[in-house]
Amino acid sequence: MSKLDLTRRGVIKSGAVAGAGLALPTIFTASSAAAYVNEPTGSTVTLGFNVPQTGPYADEGADELRAYMLAVEHLNGEGDGGMLNTFSSKALKGNGILGKKVEYVTGDTQTKPDAARASARSMIEKDGAVMITGGSSSGVAVAVQALCQEAGIIFMAGLTHSNDTTGKDKKANGFRHFFNSYMSGAALAPILADRYGKDRKAYHLTADYNWGYTTEEAVRTSTEAMGWETVAAVKTPLAQTDFSSYVAPVLNSGADVLVLNHYGGNMVNSLTSAVQFGLRAAQANGKNFEIVVPLYSRLMAKGAGKNVAGIFGSTNWHWSLENVAGARYAGTNAFVKSFGEKYGFPPSQAAHTTYCQTLLYADACERAGTFNPCGVGQALEGFEFDGLGNGPTLYRAEDHQCFKDVLVVKGNENPTSDFDLLEIVDVTPAAAVTYDASIFGGELGSCNPGA
Amino acid sequence: MLGLNKKDTSLLVAVALLVALAPIILNPFPEGSALAQFNAGYPDLMQRFVIFGIFAVGFNILFGLTGYLSFGHAAFLGAGSYAGVWMLKLLTINVIPAILISTVVAGLFSILIGYISLRRSGIYFSILTLAFAQMSFALAASVLTPITGGETGLQTALDDPRILDGANTTGNIPAPSLFGMEMSDSLQVNVAGWLWTFNVGYYLAGVILLIAFYVAIRIFRSPFGLMLRAIKSNQQRLTYTGLNTRPYMLACFVISGMYAGLAGGLMVAMDPLAGAERMQWTASGEVVLMTILGGIGTLIGPVLGAGLIKYFENIFSKINSNLLHEWFAFLPDGLEDFVVAIIYPFIGKGWHLTLGLMFMAVIIFLPGGLVELGQKIARKMSGKSDDKQTKSTE
Repeated sequence: MSKLDLTRRGVIKSGAVAGAGLALPTIFTASSAAAYVNEPTGSTVTLGFNVPQTGPYADEGADELRAYMLAVEHLNGEGDGGMLNTFSSKALKGNGILGKKVEYVTGDTQTKPDAARASARSMIEKDGAVMITGGSSSGVAVAVQALCQEAGIIFMAGLTHSNDTTGKDKKANGFRHFFNSYMSGAALAPILADRYGKDRKAYHLTADYNWGYTTEEAVRTSTEAMGWETVAAVKTPLAQTDFSSYVAPVLNSGADVLVLNHYGGNMVNSLTSAVQFGLRAAQANGKNFEIVVPLYSRLMAKGAGKNVAGIFGSTNWHWSLENVAGARYAGTNAFVKSFGEKYGFPPSQAAHTTYCQTLLYADACERAGTFNPCGVGQALEGFEFDGLGNGPTLYRAEDHQCFKDVLVVKGNENPTSDFDLLEIVDVTPAAAVTYDASIFGGELGSCNPGA
Repeated sequence: MLGLNKKDTSLLVAVALLVALAPIILNPFPEGSALAQFNAGYPDLMQRFVIFGIFAVGFNILFGLTGYLSFGHAAFLGAGSYAGVWMLKLLTINVIPAILISTVVAGLFSILIGYISLRRSGIYFSILTLAFAQMSFALAASVLTPITGGETGLQTALDDPRILDGANTTGNIPAPSLFGMEMSDSLQVNVAGWLWTFNVGYYLAGVILLIAFYVAIRIFRSPFGLMLRAIKSNQQRLTYTGLNTRPYMLACFVISGMYAGLAGGLMVAMDPLAGAERMQWTASGEVVLMTILGGIGTLIGPVLGAGLIKYFENIFSKINSNLLHEWFAFLPDGLEDFVVAIIYPFIGKGWHLTLGLMFMAVIIFLPGGLVELGQKIARKMSGKSDDKQTKSTE
């Protein structure tokens, strides 16, 4: 500590500074005159892209970020416009959002709720982001969604498949385009019953966390309704990398189907283990032994290599959809083309859902004529659209969940390229996977503009 | 003052000034300027600075004084967090009970773990604490899901009882508050381009940091603290003199655990969510890094270390290639891409790499951490040799 030096000049100087501080403070607290948090006043608007850049889902995060950057380009009228040209709503003009140029900030969620919230809060408090989007784990999505609800910011969920995101933990400020566990189960069960018969005995290996539980439950419920029997359901730790001790007892358990409720690296390892144990070639109860993976992604199929051949699963979107299933899924090719031209390979389903979310948000702002979360929320609720690659889609007002066709896929037996790993078996229409909004509990609450 | 000698008083006053003026000091660049990216004076990060400061100060009471390296301190942080959220859910949205109960719960939890772990010393103690913390993490993430919310984490909900509060009619989950002042409320002052944010939650955490810091000084200077240092220098000799060191160690361990619980309680008071990964070994490792980076066994070191690590985590991780291109736009195209390509691995997702390099540099050149750096500079400035060496240490 130094001594206090009082000089005439010093006193006048500090007095002037203090005076200036008192004279022109623009003071606003959380409950003051601004209509809503982070109202963009300049010529730009800032979006926050919060994705895992490190950790187990870094691959998905990187692909999400690519899609976000592409979406920003298209919103600002650069590039070839991608799905803007096929989108059924024509409110977006390629001049940013509401005439304001779109800028973005990025952050690393590390696939940890704590880090994700810290990153989101800094985007809100420091960078003035008016919308947060991203995440590739349900835990993170639920945590960030709750934060956005509190802060008065719109949250557009990225890759999150748990029922809870728009079920038990749904929030008025949160919206999800991706499908969920329930839809996976409902779409898969009929196909499974058709291909494998109605008198199967299933053995579940389930990742020991929220998403694993809801997926296991969804698949169990819908397959049991078809006449299947569940022999056992074993939980495996999320951090597990060697699944041999979990796979070993399966063959002698009396089961003839193994359901792997695993995602990402977990699924790659457990599937490899199962194949190494010879489950695919085995016979049980006089039938061929089968393996099912409820949630598939191309990045996972790439990791598991040849082991995925012929294995059934579900997915939200696949780059070959329009070519295989026809013009109902318009937008797919436009998106694959502009993504491919920019990055040199086709987008994953994570990239697709985040791209759509960005466009849907921007479009809702245009139609509402404001960035106010309440106005945007209203514009999204009950919004019916088409041309974003999934066919006609509804953003349901009751739980902010999108309802669209679900793809049942299987691992390609004879892939022609590194990207041609999944083969579309069937497309289950949205009506078959729609459920009552109240079955998962939870309350939306009311929209929060933050101010 | 307050039973402190002159040096300690001035240290406490310096910390108090830093805490009080942080919103101004941490925002050295005007809003909207290119360097505003490096401003750290926004509520979330400032809250993190002081909360992790408390955590690290508490950890240092154990590690710095006794030399017992606990690799499981995150377990107490997590236990405190869960207790805090439950108070916010069951009792009241006022943060006072949450902060108090989280400290108590972490204290009880550390009695249990300390009682078992302290039967061993050195590496065995570290491994035991690590094992307990990982066990708590695994339990919280799966088996205890009804209590902890599992992987999704525990958060406040609309239909929580909150028996001390009146019925909630707003249709929104109430935000944690202190007698009506919400933790997220801020006063923003805009002075000639500089934007200063004075946040309620930050100042609450700041006041608690000062109290925690004061208590830590008193512990460092007490006969009890001396006994702990004796344990560090030679525990066997102490035992041979007929002294039972176990009660001292356990007391120290519990105090340290309560600091961690207090930090956990404050974390949920600022942001009402507790997740299991708060207990993971990486979180325990982080506080070890903070302490070593700042200066083991010094009073102010852990606070500085905590600040530095949180700064890197929150500021450097947010710089992306787009921003780099903006900054170096004045260079010719080829050169710009080259410069960006060189810097890119060290920012954004590469912030761990930068932190790692810095950690190595500190360990190699400044074994005493940032505090040693400060002392070296101070010595250079004053031209004196080493009478100031003990200024802010010991």
